[in-house]
Amino acid sequence: MIKNSIENLGSWIIVLLQNLGRIVIFFSQGIFYIFISPFQTKKIIEHTWFIGTKSMLVIIMTAIFTGMVLGLQGYYTLVRFGSEGMLGSAVAISLVRELGPVFCAIMITARAGSAMAAEIGMMRVSEQIDALETMNINPIRFTFSPRIVASIISFPLLTALFDVIGIFGGYIAGSLMLKINSGLYFYRVKESVVMADIIGGFIKSFVFALVVVTICCSQGFFTHLQNKGGFGAKGVSFSTTTAVVNSCVFILVCDYIITFFLV
Amino acid sequence: MKPPFIQFKNVKKSFGLNHVMQGINLSIYKGEITAIIGKSGCGKSVLLKHIIGLMNEDSGAILISGHNISNMKKKEKQEFRKKLSYMFQDNALFDFLNVYDNIALPLIEKSSFKKQEIKKRVMTKMDHLEIKDIEKKFPGELSGGMKKRVALARALVTEPDIVLFDEPTTGLDPIRKKNVHTMIKNYQKQFKFTGVIVSHEIPEIFEISQRIAMIDNGKIIFEGNPEQIKNNQTKKIHFFINPKE
Repeated sequence: MIKNSIENLGSWIIVLLQNLGRIVIFFSQGIFYIFISPFQTKKIIEHTWFIGTKSMLVIIMTAIFTGMVLGLQGYYTLVRFGSEGMLGSAVAISLVRELGPVFCAIMITARAGSAMAAEIGMMRVSEQIDALETMNINPIRFTFSPRIVASIISFPLLTALFDVIGIFGGYIAGSLMLKINSGLYFYRVKESVVMADIIGGFIKSFVFALVVVTICCSQGFFTHLQNKGGFGAKGVSFSTTTAVVNSCVFILVCDYIITFFLV
Repeated sequence: MKPPFIQFKNVKKSFGLNHVMQGINLSIYKGEITAIIGKSGCGKSVLLKHIIGLMNEDSGAILISGHNISNMKKKEKQEFRKKLSYMFQDNALFDFLNVYDNIALPLIEKSSFKKQEIKKRVMTKMDHLEIKDIEKKFPGELSGGMKKRVALARALVTEPDIVLFDEPTTGLDPIRKKNVHTMIKNYQKQFKFTGVIVSHEIPEIFEISQRIAMIDNGKIIFEGNPEQIKNNQTKKIHFFINPKE
């Protein structure tokens, strides 16, 4: 009984370390091949369009309602202390420091990250990745490297968009609906957000970009090595689910670690 | 007799308890087409994947011009792969690329040809395979037979020294099957490539192959030319190539 438990624990640790090692090598190779010519400019533009531009609508929708909820909740909390004038600060700081990068990364994971995992997973099960190898085309360079660059470009820009739209959402709820002076709202926004907050937000979005793109692409790329789900449609669905869940968890873990060092 | 170009020496491969190759010995000669025949699931595609390096043997050795593939350095392997082309059983076309880009991909990514030269080569292959009018379509919009021809065009567009065909005519109608076989034969004559074809098209495959190898229970049970296999009276082989008798 005890022997079995130790054996199971041991094999679990071995599998964990193998997976971790595989992802680290996958990530390192992906970064390395970004800088190897010929540069994949066309593919980078295509992926930036897919990850960035096509995610704009969902980011705008999420941001505006996040800002409005913050405006509503913030107002009814601050009004108890007679400091509803500080609503602009509360909304802006929450968004720029925390909610903007985190929510934005989670929404991109849901929209583009899942698609990346599924697409690469399908390429794996339909032997398209093997086909690349037979053509002497490095599959990591072909599938992963352009997506890294596209994510690094898209995440911070979408985060900035999320922040701006979110602050506007707070204005709709706070000023237009609850009649806080709009001049005061934007004055507080301007006064409270400093450059360090914005840089901190961008550092987070940069790290989240790497986390999401690595987890999602590696899950798809190694679909055939999944011991659950099998090698086929079920395997791809398992990889996609794992990619989204793991990305969301690691976004929050990384958020805590970065915040710990930035505060 | 000339030395073999590709040689399998007692190659074994298992997937768990499934022993797919149980000591394969096979010789493939330069400039010839070798057909690999055998029952479905007997390991014919696995054998092809070992030649191109998509799978590694558990034991034994695969020699290319006398050099063991497993001992090759990364650069040597890359150089070897440049001479190879592989046509997958399920085509392995890229869903996100149109037909033209699918065929042109190996040239775009790995050759120094200019755009015009690539276009000329791709269009020539498309013309030969009667797929010129579908260059803008995506694989998802094509029939099974069309996909096969696109995959074939992609395999031949680099004019490789060795071409591995994994069931190149499955899903094609009899006329197109004959066209593809004729085309492989003609291309082979023209470019003198070494071909390895996994096929169930018996006896048609005998018309284009110089050598035949039959796998059964993880071993090569016959190796010789088409005439020899047609005249072979071993029960297993005879019934496999003449199932109606």
